[in-house]
Amino acid sequence: MPAPVPVNRRGFLSAAGMAALAAGLGGPLLAACGSNTGRGNSSGNGGGISQWYHAYGEAGVQQAVERYAKAYQDATGKSVSVQWNPGDYDSKLATSLLSGGGPDVFESTLSVARVRAGQVVPLDDVIAPAKDDFTATILATHTVDGQVYGIPQAVDTQMLFYRKSMLDAAGITPPSTVDELVDAARRLTTDKVKGLFAGNDGGAATLGGPSLWSVGLDYVTPDHKPGFDDPAAATALGKLRELYTSNSMLLGAVKDWAEPDAFIQGLVAFQWTGLWAVPAVQQALGDDFGVLPWPKLTDAGAPSVPVGAFGAMVNAKSQHVDDAKAFVKWLWVDRTEYQEDFNLAYGFHIPPRASLADKADKLKTGVAADSVRFVRDHGKASNPVDWTQGARTAFLDAVSKVVREGADPATEIRAAAQKAQDELTRLYS
Amino acid sequence: MSGVAGDGRTAPASARRRTGVRGNTLAFWLFVGPFAIGLAVFVYLPIGWSALLSFFDAYNTVTPSTFVGLDNYVDMLTEGPFLRSLGTFSLFALFIVPLTFVLSLALALLVNQVGFARTFFRSVFFLPTACSYVVAALIWKLSIFNGVRYGLANTVLGWFGADSIAWTGSTNPPWYWLVLVTLRLWLQLGFYMILFIAGLQRIPQHLYEAAWIDGASPGWQTFRHVTLPQLRTTSVAVLLLTLIAAYQAFDEFYNVLGTADGYPPFARPPLVYLYYSALGSGGQDFGHGSAGAVLLALLIALVTLLQGKVFGFTRRED
Repeated sequence: MPAPVPVNRRGFLSAAGMAALAAGLGGPLLAACGSNTGRGNSSGNGGGISQWYHAYGEAGVQQAVERYAKAYQDATGKSVSVQWNPGDYDSKLATSLLSGGGPDVFESTLSVARVRAGQVVPLDDVIAPAKDDFTATILATHTVDGQVYGIPQAVDTQMLFYRKSMLDAAGITPPSTVDELVDAARRLTTDKVKGLFAGNDGGAATLGGPSLWSVGLDYVTPDHKPGFDDPAAATALGKLRELYTSNSMLLGAVKDWAEPDAFIQGLVAFQWTGLWAVPAVQQALGDDFGVLPWPKLTDAGAPSVPVGAFGAMVNAKSQHVDDAKAFVKWLWVDRTEYQEDFNLAYGFHIPPRASLADKADKLKTGVAADSVRFVRDHGKASNPVDWTQGARTAFLDAVSKVVREGADPATEIRAAAQKAQDELTRLYS
Repeated sequence: MSGVAGDGRTAPASARRRTGVRGNTLAFWLFVGPFAIGLAVFVYLPIGWSALLSFFDAYNTVTPSTFVGLDNYVDMLTEGPFLRSLGTFSLFALFIVPLTFVLSLALALLVNQVGFARTFFRSVFFLPTACSYVVAALIWKLSIFNGVRYGLANTVLGWFGADSIAWTGSTNPPWYWLVLVTLRLWLQLGFYMILFIAGLQRIPQHLYEAAWIDGASPGWQTFRHVTLPQLRTTSVAVLLLTLIAAYQAFDEFYNVLGTADGYPPFARPPLVYLYYSALGSGGQDFGHGSAGAVLLALLIALVTLLQGKVFGFTRRED
């Protein structure tokens, strides 16, 4: 056994300082320096690829994607520099794509406008070997006019979490219709606990889509018409208003709906939040919770969960389009072990590929298995490619006015549908 | 100039003047040049470009090719969210401008009057100006005015047995205005107070003495007939700045009411609406965004000119 090398005090302190620096500053600094032009270190070896991610909240993801990039370099001799982007990633990416200085490969959601502006290249040849393996709902959100522009990386969804012990104590079974949910939320409300938390805006931002799906409508129809210009949409939004005014919703929580804090702290019996919250809830509550899709309201409708996925895309202005496509194919189509690692080893996502989702032990039992089933059976695109920002804003404004200000649902829905129609006409005329 | 010319004993006057002028020009460009270049490249060029974009169909591009004339302006000026936000913020300006004016003037008078620890009070009231709008907005939203029962405002309400209020979550009554207005006042009162204090200290003491000799009672009468008229220039500046700041509201609104999912349709400043439609994720509608920005700039210019006319900003002080 080798004797430990004696270290004097100054040596120890400086080593510790270096280590702290390396851990605390070195990582981000190096990452930033390596790619602050957005083009990566292409000058050095001619043909390096730059890749952008938004900042994932889970520990270890950044190291993982840097490891994949390194493995690609070892395998092919082509370097990939990864840039991690904290803050407003969407705006930063959108701006960089306008100039020639954007990344070669990036993750994003797809919009028809982005395709029409020629900012991304088709990836049909990249995905071809595995196309049938990808969940159809998810792949549809990365397809425009039959061409695939993004390779889905990881599926996220939102669900209704409920506290089993609270429902049991009140003799309430998990609701299967919106009316049952409204009733349950009302009965579970006490002076210390509210029935439901779906965001500080009373669900105006998150529950609009699920409300449409609960009566069998949608944002956009397959033939690119507004899908909600219908009296049933007014009925569905009216239910949200009923919930909002029933005094059984938590409003003004410190953390908004995306964080499970209110649910974990026992401030509510139901909370609408994301799949990503499962590990934290599990750790805090053990088995004392279950998940549900947003229930149906009428028989025309169905239970639903909104689904979406970031996809890997290739910048059309890239100097290395072919290299970038080869890298995307290597990482997001060929190397299934990295896709599995990315989806399951850090946070909690569902792999977009059936072959991976099926064989993952972590997804075979309990809440995880439920969520996989919801995505497969009840998944609805949260962000369809032809649902433009203009239409989305008009729809969210309408929901907000109905739910929070008591505006007439029929009038508001009409106005939003008109705006959506204008946007769709612009895109498809 | 005559002084310089008359100082011709040590060197011929003409030669001296020539080098002097050349040196001055060089110095002028040396000092102003970098600033002017920066201003041109980072301010005037983008403004011009934005004005240009406002006449084009510019989705997801800043080098558009489809000229649409005034269509973007027509779209922005038809009944819709942009006009509504302009309306909301004209109302907001009507409300916040006089309030800021009166409160900061009152604060300035108090601090100027106080006999001891004047510097201390001045600093204390000025300090919030140095606070970041974002940080202050988060403190207001998450700590003071959060909606749960242990929030600061709700704890205070609890002492009196009142129910908790969802401050930023409830629209009826619109409690969020209380949050936004108190926040804005806290952040900006100190700054305008300093302007007023500077104005107050410029008023010559002999005017007050003359007023007293003429029989004016200290207090309201001297304030009304000496202090206020003497503060006219400062007052107009304060009114202009608060008005522009009201129309340019963004930071604290965005951080108090905005969420990851967007911004609610009420209390939405014009700039927040433009930000989401032009720069927000998936928005990238630079044509309409630029048209809105130009309209907003014109509106601010118009109201400012109007205000200047009414209060006589351009009138010479006698």
